[in-house]
Amino acid sequence: MSEIINREVIEYVGILAKLELNEEEKEQAKRDMNKMLTYIDKLNELDVTGVEPMSHVFPVSNVFREDVVTNGDERDLVLGNAPAQKENCFKVPRTVE
Amino acid sequence: MSILEDSAIELSKKIKAGEVLVTQALEAVLERIDAVENQVNSYMTIDRDQLMKKAEEIQKKIDSKELTGPFAGVPIAIKDNICTKGLLTTCSSKILSNFIPGYSAEAVLDLESAGALIIGKTNMDEFAMGSTTETSAFKTTRNPWNLDHVPGGSSGGSAAAVAAGECFAALGSDTGGSIRQPASFCGVVGMKPTYGTVSRYGLIAYGSSLDQIGPITRTVSDCAVMLELISKHDKKDATSMDRVALGHDTDFSNALIEDVKGQRIGIPKDYIGEGVDPQVRESILKAADALREKGALVEEFDLELVEYAVPAYYVIASAEASSNLSRFDGIKYGYRTPEFDGLHAMYKKTRSEGFGSEVKRRIMLGSFVLSSGFYDAYYLKALKTKALIKESFTKAFQHFDLIIGPTAPTTAPKIGESLLDPIKMYLSDIFTISVNLAGLPSISVPCGIDASGLPIGLQLIGDSFEEKKLIQAAYTYEKARGSFPSFAERNIDTYGKTI
Amino acid sequence: MAKQYEIVIGLEVHVELATKTKIFCGCTTEFGGAPNTHTCPVCTGMPGSLPVLNQQVLEYAMAVGLATNCEVTRYSKFDRKNYFYPDNPQNYQISQLYLPICRDGFVEIETPTGSKPIRIHEIHMEEDAGKLIHDEWENCTLVDYNRSGVPLIEIVSEPDMASAEEVNAYLEKLRLMIQYLGASDCKLQEGSMRADVNLSVREVGSTTLGTRTEMKNLNSFKAISRAIEGERQRQIELLEEGKQVTQETRRWDDNKEYSYSMRSKEDAQDYRYFPDPDLVPLEISEEWIARIKEGLPEFRTEKMKRYREEFDIPEYDIAIITEWKKMADLFEDTCKLCNQPKKVSNWLMVETLRLCKERELDADQISFSARNLAKLIQLTENKVINSTVAKEVFELIFDQDIDPELYIEEQGLKTVSDEGELKRVVQEIMQNNPQSVEDYQNGKEKAIGFLIGQTMKAMKGKANPESITQILKEFLS
Repeated sequence: MSEIINREVIEYVGILAKLELNEEEKEQAKRDMNKMLTYIDKLNELDVTGVEPMSHVFPVSNVFREDVVTNGDERDLVLGNAPAQKENCFKVPRTVE
Repeated sequence: MSILEDSAIELSKKIKAGEVLVTQALEAVLERIDAVENQVNSYMTIDRDQLMKKAEEIQKKIDSKELTGPFAGVPIAIKDNICTKGLLTTCSSKILSNFIPGYSAEAVLDLESAGALIIGKTNMDEFAMGSTTETSAFKTTRNPWNLDHVPGGSSGGSAAAVAAGECFAALGSDTGGSIRQPASFCGVVGMKPTYGTVSRYGLIAYGSSLDQIGPITRTVSDCAVMLELISKHDKKDATSMDRVALGHDTDFSNALIEDVKGQRIGIPKDYIGEGVDPQVRESILKAADALREKGALVEEFDLELVEYAVPAYYVIASAEASSNLSRFDGIKYGYRTPEFDGLHAMYKKTRSEGFGSEVKRRIMLGSFVLSSGFYDAYYLKALKTKALIKESFTKAFQHFDLIIGPTAPTTAPKIGESLLDPIKMYLSDIFTISVNLAGLPSISVPCGIDASGLPIGLQLIGDSFEEKKLIQAAYTYEKARGSFPSFAERNIDTYGKTI
Repeated sequence: MAKQYEIVIGLEVHVELATKTKIFCGCTTEFGGAPNTHTCPVCTGMPGSLPVLNQQVLEYAMAVGLATNCEVTRYSKFDRKNYFYPDNPQNYQISQLYLPICRDGFVEIETPTGSKPIRIHEIHMEEDAGKLIHDEWENCTLVDYNRSGVPLIEIVSEPDMASAEEVNAYLEKLRLMIQYLGASDCKLQEGSMRADVNLSVREVGSTTLGTRTEMKNLNSFKAISRAIEGERQRQIELLEEGKQVTQETRRWDDNKEYSYSMRSKEDAQDYRYFPDPDLVPLEISEEWIARIKEGLPEFRTEKMKRYREEFDIPEYDIAIITEWKKMADLFEDTCKLCNQPKKVSNWLMVETLRLCKERELDADQISFSARNLAKLIQLTENKVINSTVAKEVFELIFDQDIDPELYIEEQGLKTVSDEGELKRVVQEIMQNNPQSVEDYQNGKEKAIGFLIGQTMKAMKGKANPESITQILKEFLS
């Protein structure tokens, strides 16, 4: 069983992913993730020396758009779902102290 | 016989011939929904206010011969992770519980311009993460063949709606089997096309390098036609492929030919080995015999690396998901926690309250495998494994035109059983996941019913861009198999009111 | 003896590219605009939206790379940089970490001890963030995504600079080069060019690098100089006290002349970069690179050299005119039309720059045409108008690019060349001012100035002062 995931890692990943877990959830997450990683460690059986990591499954490249303005004013569409807005801006808690 | 038992193509023919009105087809579907929806729970949202008006508009265009296509007038459903302008799109998540897109997905626009009538949005596993539709934040969809069982997932709502007669066809999305597996569990046809065949614009991303939209239908013909309608090169999706320019046309309905003579078909030994339910195995071997009788050359072979697909998939899909789902933060759309102290508390509370536990589990795992110090060991390793898996399929397709096997190792499990052990749930996708990693096309066709009355699905896998071969073989098998029980013929009493 | 310290500086320069549209969507990049009016689902991170690369962004990035002697990466990719902040709608920025578009270049800067190469580590493409507006009234922050998705290139130098002067010389060199390319207007104040300063100190003679800090929020050359000095002192003080410099990002406050740590417990600074699955790789062919190379303009150093050979104007003029590509183009175009290099140079260096200053414009915002300036020079040369009128007319050319010929005709500003008319007016002036005539004839030569002035006034400025003087002298003697 993988032991990589301890409480510190759970706290750290919580900061990265902006998730706040309660005590019980943290313990559960620790167990689940260690279990998953143990399972994922199966990949270590494979010899991948010299294999290129494949991020895109097909060798498609160079897809572009032309530098031509195609969008008009879509403000209402963009702001339509905002939980809070003011003066046509998205309103958020103050970002700097 | 009710018009509800027609296939989508048959219904559209009747409408175009003036034998049925679009409004009549709509009324039949709504009546069916009223009768069964409270038990099946396929839908998240039904667009009741607009439907009659839309049906009349489509009727006019059919009357004026503006709409002549094979799906004109057909009531369909859309999975709730595919954006529909003006219609609630939630991904079955609390965090998007109030999200109304200002735009429609490209695939939705294509179906609308072909005259399809969108009834509503179907329930799913939250953000498509799950194999049972039980991770939906809102409701549990039940398998129309047996209400105690799951419909599969994550496109469980779409598959159940088609199987229960609540629509004629539906769109699903498939990241690791999410179209094919619920299609298999619900006794309908489901297809994931080659990556890049259908535009992902407007599909709310889970694992972007694996996601594809595809059809869920009652017949292979409906499937081919529906896929043809949504396949195109879309300049808004950089990963969308110009298949025609690459020499792989998308005239899929031309492949509806009953002929598999000389087709070389391989069955991976691992696909019918240990861990596969004996009834499923038997059914698959029977289907193989049927194809043999039609002239195909079927043999078993060793497909390499089968057991590495699931772990590689969970690393890649979770990593991409952790990034794709970071935009849900309570600022631009969706749920925002009512009380918080400062920006970071707002982020954390919003996301912790807005996401369900399976989604959080995958976001945590994905964030971890990409984090400093672990990227090479997990993420890069998984991408290298993906390359090897792709290679193993390439090798297999040097010998075979098609690969067949079961879509899932078992039939639909009971509700409440799967979520207890995540790894067990993940393993149920073992036969579908590698197809996504390799970007291949694959279709699930009903091939049998087990002793408890639940359907079994035959999965056919083709090489990249070989949808036509796949459709032709699936169509040939479907003809050989003969008719499959429709919703009208089975345990209809369970639903209470019948039609 | 007190320890001697030296500073080691590397720069991360962000340049906003002058494309018409954003890097991944068809929204305009035009500056200003009411909040969120230059936005769409893509640049506001709406669910289901997808990015598609603007080809012009890639070509500008390649051009800047080639101009700075970089290798263009033949196989390049975009990566996602993951971090939560409200100005970043997806909560990841699309950037390039693993395979940036250009690598391993250099630019030469001039220093008091001769020219010095500053090596460029890499140039990558990325998207800009939205704007945060702090609302004091409600104590909240408002987000405007008009700038979100505006294309940037980030030019990352090696730690090759040793003083604020070298930093400024490097930035000035980049600015000129990029402006010449037309890839950006490079305005520090408006934020279209921004520099983050990586700085460390070490004892003189040491060959290892000290721990560096990264300073952000530097929006003028002066702020950069002050920040370098402030941070140098802060780091030396720490070391003198036996403390460690912490590797971190700091925000420079130019009013307080001090930098502040930007670290917080909510920032792990672990960006979890990975290849963006929504964007396909870039494969750059030799032909494509050759085509971009061919399209590169003549840069300042080459241009100055050519001017020395082609035009008979002083070195001082050459230096000023070539400082802005717009000015240099105007110079050459006007010379082609009128073949009067020194005259053209004078108009550009004196009147044009004076008006730029008055109108608060940059020299690259000049909008008048070479055709009208050339006409004006011809009109003056042919004595159709005198220099006073010419200056008045030039102001109109500068502001509205009027045709001087038409204008002079319409307003009747032509110099009167009818000698009879001129003689008649001169005689009249002499009769009305006998005292001045007498003064002149008694040897007070200055008195003629008054008579010239009066004649010019009577002619409403439309006379050639030389002709007036000549006639006056004739009559007076």
